[in-house]
Amino acid sequence: MAEQMTGAEIVLRALADQGVEHLFGYPGGAVLPIYDALFQQDKVRHVLVRHEQGAGHAAEGYARSTGKPGVVLVTSGPGATNMVTPLTDALMDSVPLVCISGQVPTHLIGTDAFQEADTVGITRACTKHNFLVTDVNDLARILHEAFYVATTGRPGPVLVDVPKDVQFAIGTYVGPNQVEARRHLGYQPPRQGDPEAIRYAARMMAEAERPVFYTGGGVINAGPDASRLLRELVAATGFPVTSTLTGLGAYPASGDNWLGMLGMHGTYEANMVMHDADLIICVGARFDDRITGRTDAFSPGSRKIHIDVDPSSINKNIRVDLPIVGDAGQIMSEIQRVWREEGLRPRQELADWWTQIAKWRARKSLSYKKSDDVIMPQYAVQRLYELTRGRDSYVTTEVGQHQMWTAQYYGFDEPNRWMTSGGLGTMGYGLPSAVGVQVAHPGSLVVCVAGDASVLMNMQELSTAVQHNLPIKVFILNNQYMGMVRQWQQLLHGNRLSHSYTESLPDFVKLAEAYGAVGIRAETPGELDSAINEMIAVDRPVLFDCRVASLENCFPMIPSGKAHNEMLLADEANDEAVANAIGAAGRALV
Amino acid sequence: MSESALIPPASAYFLEDRHDPEERHTLSILVDNEPGVLARVIGLFSGRGYNIDSLTVSETEHDRHLSRITIVTTATRPVLTQIKNHLGRLVPVHRVNDLTELSLQRNDETSLERELALVKVTGTGDIRAEALRLADAFEAKVVDATSDHFIFQLTGRTAKVERFISVMKPVGLVEVCRTGVAALARGPEAM
Ligand SMILES: Cc1cc2nc3c(=O)[nH]c(=O)nc-3n(C[C@H](O)[C@H](O)[C@H](O)COP(=O)(O)OP(=O)(O)OC[C@H]3O[C@@H](n4cnc5c(N)ncnc54)[C@H](O)[C@@H]3O)c2cc1C
Ligand SMILES: Cc1ncc(C[n+]2csc(CCOP(=O)(O)OP(=O)(O)O)c2C)c(N)n1
Repeated sequence: MAEQMTGAEIVLRALADQGVEHLFGYPGGAVLPIYDALFQQDKVRHVLVRHEQGAGHAAEGYARSTGKPGVVLVTSGPGATNMVTPLTDALMDSVPLVCISGQVPTHLIGTDAFQEADTVGITRACTKHNFLVTDVNDLARILHEAFYVATTGRPGPVLVDVPKDVQFAIGTYVGPNQVEARRHLGYQPPRQGDPEAIRYAARMMAEAERPVFYTGGGVINAGPDASRLLRELVAATGFPVTSTLTGLGAYPASGDNWLGMLGMHGTYEANMVMHDADLIICVGARFDDRITGRTDAFSPGSRKIHIDVDPSSINKNIRVDLPIVGDAGQIMSEIQRVWREEGLRPRQELADWWTQIAKWRARKSLSYKKSDDVIMPQYAVQRLYELTRGRDSYVTTEVGQHQMWTAQYYGFDEPNRWMTSGGLGTMGYGLPSAVGVQVAHPGSLVVCVAGDASVLMNMQELSTAVQHNLPIKVFILNNQYMGMVRQWQQLLHGNRLSHSYTESLPDFVKLAEAYGAVGIRAETPGELDSAINEMIAVDRPVLFDCRVASLENCFPMIPSGKAHNEMLLADEANDEAVANAIGAAGRALV
Repeated sequence: MSESALIPPASAYFLEDRHDPEERHTLSILVDNEPGVLARVIGLFSGRGYNIDSLTVSETEHDRHLSRITIVTTATRPVLTQIKNHLGRLVPVHRVNDLTELSLQRNDETSLERELALVKVTGTGDIRAEALRLADAFEAKVVDATSDHFIFQLTGRTAKVERFISVMKPVGLVEVCRTGVAALARGPEAM
């Protein structure tokens, strides 16, 4: 029986029927009817943020840590434009989001009405798809379709713009299962990989002498089953495995075959393996420029298999030999089946490959100069890892050196435990993202590893955490620099440190107190452990001001214009090497 | 000045010149006829730096709410593949056909493509007579005229339209309007 209700009630009903439990939002004139409907129901819990960008990143953290879509509600005009960064971030990192924005009444659209913005126009380039609802009878169908598009195929953000008159109007509600005729019949995300290609892939794997799994965020997107299947496949083949920044945790960092992260700040062994491999099996990764470095020198001797749900990821940056379009989990399970059924085995030469890998590992590329006087940032992350190990914990980051150090030194053993802004590199992502993660996992330990510059970009969300009793732990590696910017200025711009030193940073302990949170400071290695333990024990939001060595740089690093086997390692990175890291050829690239 | 200050800045990206040959392809794109769909397609081309040489769009199947967008683009082969894959990702896109590729595969000489052009020339006396004679040679139709102007209508492949325009220049051409390319795959099958 078709039910009649207002547009605003349709929104809430559709969210409830989609299984949405939490909504991140901020009210305003153009969404007041929806806020009114929100007030009169108790299925969907609203988390009031302090800035719409915060709502967006919170929803991303929520989505990434649960595998469910994150949902956001914002008003027209500035509310919607404040969502542009999180939408773009979610598009880049394939995070499923549904954003509902208010719009001025339909008859005022195009008149420069109060708080009018062309939201579908502005967000067209930063959403997977967006809708403007002009008829209340389309609203339910569009909302259900928005969830479908956001969560299927390559996940991404979808925006639904709802004019205020549509929120007031009475219309017919249809449930998710009644939407038999979707409007967009052309939208059919691929699922099953080509069986012929899958069989061929398994045989290529059995022929390889120097194979490697190069996995990415797509394995996380494909769900926990895909991570399990990856582990089984690695166990069955005995191949080494590396991952991109966004894929960390799909294969456990404590696993025997783990090489560490690859790419610009990846480990020596991961990058050398990629360079010298004869077979790369890429699963749900997109050959990003932080991975490939010089494309013409990228893994010159390897054949490449690429498993990806999005055909446009294939052959985009690197030509591959065997593309398989479909879901990573389904395809890995089929490869395993073929591997078993055909009685395939890895080649004998795999043992030699591991011998070579052991030599590269012995290079200990993540070693750094220890200090008894100052806290080295790497040490701080290591201690954080050791002291939170075995707990039910989630980690988010801001963007910069601290992000890379966390990726390098914090060992992720499970998927969906690691939230970071990879593709867009959005400073200001980490703190609100932690808010979203904590909303989804109230009893867990949620830590945001931050930089002193990034953390200020969405600091206001600490107030959200306090209001909603979300005991997030913001662990600031305070070096008083925009460390990553300074590092590049040292490497690429003749050590001219233009505006990368932060003057007048706030006193983070007092700032925490001003927000009603807890402030903790550690200044020496000796006091670090007890301070971290104190942070973990506090059941309230914490700002942790960890004063670290201010001029430390992040290594290993593949400098611009270099190949994987020309990495710069920490123990070689004296001042002269840093200044000359970019050779004549690299400079000619400008 | 310190020595390091003399080092010119370097790039954070690996910049390389690509010199693959470019090809001109005609793409036929079947889309849901809904607001914003053309903006999505055009935005994809401008946002990713692809070329649009010509663009034609109109509703073609009213009952199924389908429109057909015909785009002529020039790109290297790998980029052409990217363009098609990115178009295929757009939610309202049903199908993307590369008509140029199709005619190559079928060994057709050319794909079936037509443009319509309206060409206005002004002049009197000899020059006017010459314009009319040339138009006749191209089988262009006179669709409007006064004693000192003609408007010719010409249908044909892009190359023919361009040739016609260039021969009209010396004989008083003042204004041109072109529809852009309409194209269908040859043979009995539909897209
Ligand atoms: C300061 C900074 C430094 C960085 N340095 C590094 C670095 O050193 N190393 C590094 O790795 N990254 C680094 N990054 C991150 C980098 O920019 C990219 O975000 C990242 O490498 C992309 O990871 P990915 O290839 O796994 O692709 P993602 O962006 O995670 O994309 C996932 C891919 O999987 C596909 N996919 C999605 N769902 C599925 C499914 N169900 N089945 C199959 N496929 C699917 C998608 O189509 C897509 O192609 C850095 C970022 C910053 C900000
Ligand atoms: C919104 C935004 N603006 C600018 C940048 C460029 N950027 C990348 S890292 C960085 C510095 C980060 O400094 P901090 O947060 O202190 O981290 P650190 O590198 O010192 O660990 C900047 C400015 C960015 N990534 N995001």
